[in-house]
Amino acid sequence: MKIFRSILKVAKPHFEKGGRLEKLYNAYDAFETFLFVPGESTPGGAHVRDGIDLKRTMFTVVIAMAPCLVFGIWNVGHQHYLGVGELTGVFEGFTAKLLYGALRVLPIVAVTYFVGLNTEFAFAVLRGHPVNEGFLVTGMLIPLIVPPTIPLWMVALATVFAVVIGKEAFGGTGMNILNVALTARVFLFFAYPTYISGDQVWVAGNPEEFVDGYSGATPLGVGYIDGMDGLAAAAPFTYDLRNMVLGTIPGSIGETSAIAVGLGALVLIATGVGSWKIMASVLAGTVTASSLLTALNITPFQGVPAYYHLFMGGMLFATVYMATDPVTAAQTEKGKWIYGFLIGVFGIVIRVLNPAYPEGFMLAILLMNVFAPTIDHVVVQSNIKRRAARVLQ
Amino acid sequence: MEQVEQNVIRLRRGFDIRMFGEAEPRYLDRPPAALYALKPTDLHGLAPIPKLHVKEGDEVRAGQPVFFDKGMPDVQFSSPVSGEIVEVRRGAKRAVREVVILADARMTFQEYPTADPASVSRERAAALLRESGAWVLIRQRPYNVVPDPSRVPRDIFVSCFDTAPLAPDAGMLIEGREEAFRAGLRVLGRLTDGAVHLGVRTDSPPVFRKAEGVEVHVFSGPHPAGAVGVQIHHTRPINKGDTVWTLRPQDVALIGRLFTAGVFDAERTVAITGEEIRESGYVRTRLGASIQTLVDGNTRHDHVRYISGDVLTGTRIEPDGFLGLFDDRVTVIEEGDTPEFMGWLLPSYARPSMSRTFLSTFFPDRKFHVNTNMHGELRAYVMTGQYERVVPMDLHPQHLIKSIMVGDFDQMEGLGIYEVVEEDLALCEFVCTSKQPVQRILREGLDALRVEG
Repeated sequence: MKIFRSILKVAKPHFEKGGRLEKLYNAYDAFETFLFVPGESTPGGAHVRDGIDLKRTMFTVVIAMAPCLVFGIWNVGHQHYLGVGELTGVFEGFTAKLLYGALRVLPIVAVTYFVGLNTEFAFAVLRGHPVNEGFLVTGMLIPLIVPPTIPLWMVALATVFAVVIGKEAFGGTGMNILNVALTARVFLFFAYPTYISGDQVWVAGNPEEFVDGYSGATPLGVGYIDGMDGLAAAAPFTYDLRNMVLGTIPGSIGETSAIAVGLGALVLIATGVGSWKIMASVLAGTVTASSLLTALNITPFQGVPAYYHLFMGGMLFATVYMATDPVTAAQTEKGKWIYGFLIGVFGIVIRVLNPAYPEGFMLAILLMNVFAPTIDHVVVQSNIKRRAARVLQ
Repeated sequence: MEQVEQNVIRLRRGFDIRMFGEAEPRYLDRPPAALYALKPTDLHGLAPIPKLHVKEGDEVRAGQPVFFDKGMPDVQFSSPVSGEIVEVRRGAKRAVREVVILADARMTFQEYPTADPASVSRERAAALLRESGAWVLIRQRPYNVVPDPSRVPRDIFVSCFDTAPLAPDAGMLIEGREEAFRAGLRVLGRLTDGAVHLGVRTDSPPVFRKAEGVEVHVFSGPHPAGAVGVQIHHTRPINKGDTVWTLRPQDVALIGRLFTAGVFDAERTVAITGEEIRESGYVRTRLGASIQTLVDGNTRHDHVRYISGDVLTGTRIEPDGFLGLFDDRVTVIEEGDTPEFMGWLLPSYARPSMSRTFLSTFFPDRKFHVNTNMHGELRAYVMTGQYERVVPMDLHPQHLIKSIMVGDFDQMEGLGIYEVVEEDLALCEFVCTSKQPVQRILREGLDALRVEG
């Protein structure tokens, strides 16, 4: 501790006004406040403040993502070994799978943080604002929502795009309209569709080594074309409910396991960092919309029941970690219910009814990000009208 | 009894900051203060340089006018003690910060005509309040300012309990002045066409709970249930164009005594609280007293903060500073200006928090050692729903604050800025993850509207 303190003490004058590195003050400040909560005392107003700050809040979300990351690393290895036809049992080759997955996933995490944080620092220095903590979360979200086969340069490009266009262009953390990690994902999705939505991309490894007949398609991809029959027949394992809840299926790195996501949801709800209202209402919207579509039952995909939809694709992950992003979600308590419910409905509608791509929640959340201020406006106006009506009584 | 229970207005949202340092329920025998001060800065909306009736070296009696604001020439600010004007302390641009009075030992009062509280005419009552200096102890909403003499308040509200951290016992503050309090209520009743409303709790002393000729409302719930703005919202809310008055119980008693005895008797019972205080308790002193004799040799450490008022809304003062006009306690807490290694990750000591990211969540009754550390840095808004959890009103506090930030007057009005003052939203500032100065922003909004309107 003392060592850090004295290093900072030596370094600080160079970054302060008049120092040689004055322009880099905000970068220095980020390091200093990371190491030490500043000794700043309250200037007035409330003399005593709550122990919470944005660093702790953001870090809580990162902790909530840990189960997804760990499971994701293992599952990348597991899916690879399924593909090549070795160690196909869930409990076989634990270390080998973890090792394989780590070699695939950790570079993606490292590249995201490295590129993203550098972009953040560059903006902080150029624009003269403090480095915000938002990227702690974004930097972990991006690796968890891309396929394990993604080239690292693509990760870097998407991260820069998301931070610059999705966030800094609006003024930084707290000012952005769209969820930053989803901006990265949607950039990849539209810029490099073959890398992000092809059948082969979901399982890491050389496709030529894979056993005959192994497609590597996700449950969502299979169900989209062949409905329940396809899900039941998919080789080498059926995409039954058990596997989807456990998460032993191909998919983006961190999204597959309902159990891991559920653990994260527990952390977010217990600490109050994530809004349970939004999570609950997205689930309600999803179940409502998919039940209605199942009742109609026209395309094969419509035959997939609601409880399957909950565990397919990125639905749960998006609900827990992305729909709840407080900056881009509705900000009024009533608005959160509406916002969440509509995400669920649109997510299923886009997923099941659109002709091009089988995942809808990414686009549904981005769509509702755009409409969240409108929802809030309606809620706030109703409060204003209530107050105005009081005068007339 | 059952019927009483039904009428309780139960507020669920809010937060009690539990901290060490409550005042022991005893009256202390501290030496009386020698110096007293009138601070124009205790009131909003006054011109920076008031018109002084006196100059340094003049003798004044207790209750003798000392200065007035040129915008309200018949509203006087009176001396709380008899003695000598020893100093007029000025700040930037010669603005008067403090008029300091050295008390003499005799305490001679300026004599005012008495009047029967039950039958005095409104004009006469208001005139007596204005010329004696009691008028400035009444606050007018919206804006929390000195009441406009040309307006009759729709209603008058008195909150008879305090829920802010380390709240003094309301019964001990009023003890010995119950009769004056009742007389004061009768005077107030003459000043409005509406009603005088008292906000009480089920455990409030009978002088409040059983007050006659007024409307008594029973509240329950965590802080800010005791904030008068919250009580107004749940009884007769302030609409655009309304004017209401608010007072504190001790000032009601002062008004009562003014009418029955003809003196401006600025006696005030003050609680000495805060963890850094060795000998806590209550003292009987006078309005504007120097806190020096209360805290001198009575603190545990040297590096402390002296606050006139409570830790959420109080004013930071020096160890020889003066009590604020509306404050009934002195709080002394540790300064928290030491950096904390990785404090955002693993805090080195427990601290109060409404968030559930700390282990202390699991010990809801636990009290905390507090200090003045910010526990974080100023950020743009990220979290939502935090303010709403501590404001038990039909109001969107975060949107209100944002509308002030962007200067949207219509939106401020629509979202209810007239219903709140700093103390009602003080908890928002406490809980804010982004450490926004909520009270200062709110005051900027109120001032902007007041000047505009």
